[in-house]
Amino acid sequence: MAAAKTPSQTGTGQRRSRSRSQNSSAKTRGKANENGNPPVGATAERPNTETAEKSAFDPIVFSKDEDLKAYREMLLVRRFEEKAGQLYGMGLIGGFCHLYIGQEAVVVGMQMALKEGDQVTTTYRDHGHMLATGMDPKGVMAELTGRRSGYSHGKGGSMHMFSREKNFFGGHGIVGASVPIGTGLAFANRYRENDCVSITYFGDGAANQGQVYESFNMAKLWSLPVIYVIENNQYGMGTSVARASATTELCKRGESFDIPGHQVDGMDVRAVKAAGDFAAEHARSGKGPMILEMLTYRYRGHSMSDPAKYRSKEEVQKMRTEHDAIEQVKKRLMESHGMSEDDVKAVDKEIRGVVNQAAEFAQNDPEPDPSELWTDVYVEA
Amino acid sequence: MPTEILMPALSPTMEEGKLSKWTVKEGDEVAAGDVIAEIETDKATMEVEAVDEGKIAKILVEEGTDAVKVNTPIALLLGEDENESDLEEAPSGDKGSKANGGSAPSAPEPEAKGKEPQKEDEKLGRKDGPVSVLVAMDKAEPPEDPDVPEGTEFEEQTVREALRDAMAEEMRRDGDVFVMGEEVAEYQGAYKVTQGLLDEFGERRVIDTPITEHGFAGLGVGAAFAGLKPIVEFMTFNFAMQAMDQIINSAAKTLYMAGGQMGCPMVFRGPNGAAARVAAQHSQDYAAWYSQIPGLKVIQPHTAADAKGLLKAAIRDPNPVIFLENEILYGQSFPVPKLDDFVLPIGKAKIARKGSDATIVSFGIGMTHALKAAEQLAEQGIDCEVIDLRTLRPLDIETVIRSVKKTNRCVTVEEGWPQNSIGSWIASQLMVKAFDHLDAPVLSVTGKDVPMPYAANLEKLALPSAKEVVEAVRAVSYAD
Repeated sequence: MAAAKTPSQTGTGQRRSRSRSQNSSAKTRGKANENGNPPVGATAERPNTETAEKSAFDPIVFSKDEDLKAYREMLLVRRFEEKAGQLYGMGLIGGFCHLYIGQEAVVVGMQMALKEGDQVTTTYRDHGHMLATGMDPKGVMAELTGRRSGYSHGKGGSMHMFSREKNFFGGHGIVGASVPIGTGLAFANRYRENDCVSITYFGDGAANQGQVYESFNMAKLWSLPVIYVIENNQYGMGTSVARASATTELCKRGESFDIPGHQVDGMDVRAVKAAGDFAAEHARSGKGPMILEMLTYRYRGHSMSDPAKYRSKEEVQKMRTEHDAIEQVKKRLMESHGMSEDDVKAVDKEIRGVVNQAAEFAQNDPEPDPSELWTDVYVEA
Repeated sequence: MPTEILMPALSPTMEEGKLSKWTVKEGDEVAAGDVIAEIETDKATMEVEAVDEGKIAKILVEEGTDAVKVNTPIALLLGEDENESDLEEAPSGDKGSKANGGSAPSAPEPEAKGKEPQKEDEKLGRKDGPVSVLVAMDKAEPPEDPDVPEGTEFEEQTVREALRDAMAEEMRRDGDVFVMGEEVAEYQGAYKVTQGLLDEFGERRVIDTPITEHGFAGLGVGAAFAGLKPIVEFMTFNFAMQAMDQIINSAAKTLYMAGGQMGCPMVFRGPNGAAARVAAQHSQDYAAWYSQIPGLKVIQPHTAADAKGLLKAAIRDPNPVIFLENEILYGQSFPVPKLDDFVLPIGKAKIARKGSDATIVSFGIGMTHALKAAEQLAEQGIDCEVIDLRTLRPLDIETVIRSVKKTNRCVTVEEGWPQNSIGSWIASQLMVKAFDHLDAPVLSVTGKDVPMPYAANLEKLALPSAKEVVEAVRAVSYAD
């Protein structure tokens, strides 16, 4: 498969600038393989090593509208999650609750690269995905509080929510289980000969699951239009990637199947969008699956009851102050797009209003009727 | 009006904790997401983050305080347009907005809480009373088998051919139906059940998979979520154990977890139970396992006609169906009505032999032993009614009860292990619903409680037999 690495491909110790990696893939196409796949991991390196270039995708330039859209959507996810954390603290949300705070750029950037009809599926850290696909914050929050107007009428909870209307296929509680399912959605696209793409998100922890590789194999074998987005937030619950994974460049996990993979700066929504555009074009044009490893970070613990003692406060603080996805966009809005602090504050206030309304709704909505216990076990034949 | 910051819970079970440290002081400005305090329980320490921005106006609980109850106000936060004078407005927990802008966590009580369970049952349209176990699928009587018009021709077909015809007919009828599995296409099926399908439907709809049950079962689930109607063939159900998570957690539960928004219209099928001399790992009966799962329908036919009619029904059913076949039955022939569209109702048992002295209940290959035993018993003067359950979930217990009310005796027959078997569920249902009609305890003839041995003589001993059924029926008839 991919050509052996040459010194020029392994990074030079400094962040290189490159015009879109489509060019790089085109350049290496002849050499790499016959499928037009760029050499897997050719430009990919790990953070926290001597390597430098983090992403195969340079950020593309966003218009003011794009930056504003990204800002609004990422902020919605963050404020929503903060509110969910608070409601959890008040005992209004039960069970497990995995917050997406810190990772917002991944799902928002990917969603900006999709088109109507593309499907999304993910694991249990799923609130951000639901909001980004356009699901109603009220319905999501009401599901978190276990109320009747929740997306699953209170029967799914944080980890199990779906929206046929928005093509969000869950919300799956079992690590790795969403990967064959997302691959099956791609299979359905191929079967129906439409040009839709299935975006299958999973974490660095799930990347070691057997069913992931069974899926990779079939996806490549049958050229299924699926983008595997590995959200590498550096920790599978409390275990760092290095302590759990024999090889830590997760974008290379498709090598045995000849699935191209790229590492992406998942804290920069523009880089994510660029990678998403590239992968979606690849999948839509019949070239099959692609892996995007998003280097990201979750600021909170694995779930609400995780004090996150396995990493230092300094590590978290450094990510928050130096790489925060929302702050980056906010800075651009003010410095490049001519928005004033008041303009930005007005957006903040609007988003806060949306989230407060959702929280208010989710607390006042009644619990499901007891008869709801017996519904939705079977579809009436 | 100032916002109250409340003592948060670290988990749903936490009632109180120690406020170990404030990381802000009165007068500090905070933004959403800033850490303001640390709290501690016996299990963990957690940071408390501000959710709203504003100024910490007053700290109500000093750091180091133990046993602070969850939801106690611990500080007051002044918003942008508020000042110190607003503080006086909110001295107690009743006034002022909570940290959340809403009222305290008073989840509305479920309406029926405190009502007697019996009333609850009535409300749900159930008349079983409080003692019986409610089953989601207990409901009105399933429909009867469709009448086969007089003069209909029957042809002798093997179970294998009947299954293939069922798939082919449904694939002709509905372009969303496809079959996938190991060796289903070019090899024509490991047991030749999919023979000829590749020729007729092509490789788009008849798909050979790699030997990765977990992966292709999950892929099938995803395709079903998207609205296709996959038939996933397992070479045998022994290998489906690798796919168990996808079958149970993804296929069976999603409709419920999605509040009815999306289900999983698909069939998992393949041979189940012992074949011949393939030993422990390849000889297991999963009927009882799958029959326990709400969200699944489970079918295990005996005859070719039932195999055909029920597989067609399973493919059309909008729910995930486990269709358990049997390798030994594949080659056996039965009369099948020659009809254009022969579909049988799921959930309806069949009286395979009428009788009045004792009821024998079985399904799948167990029917072979049951029918053989009934013949032998007839010669001994005991007239048995034999019921073929055909569907194990929803289970047609009413047909069994009606028979037992007539015979007052019941024996169940299956190949699976005794503990928590289909037979033990039937016995418990009869005890609840037909106690006064039983003249003897219900006996279950099952596979022996051991892994399947390889040696021919031991394998024979491990499996149920007609002889054991005869003995059991004689025992419940007090004939010896």
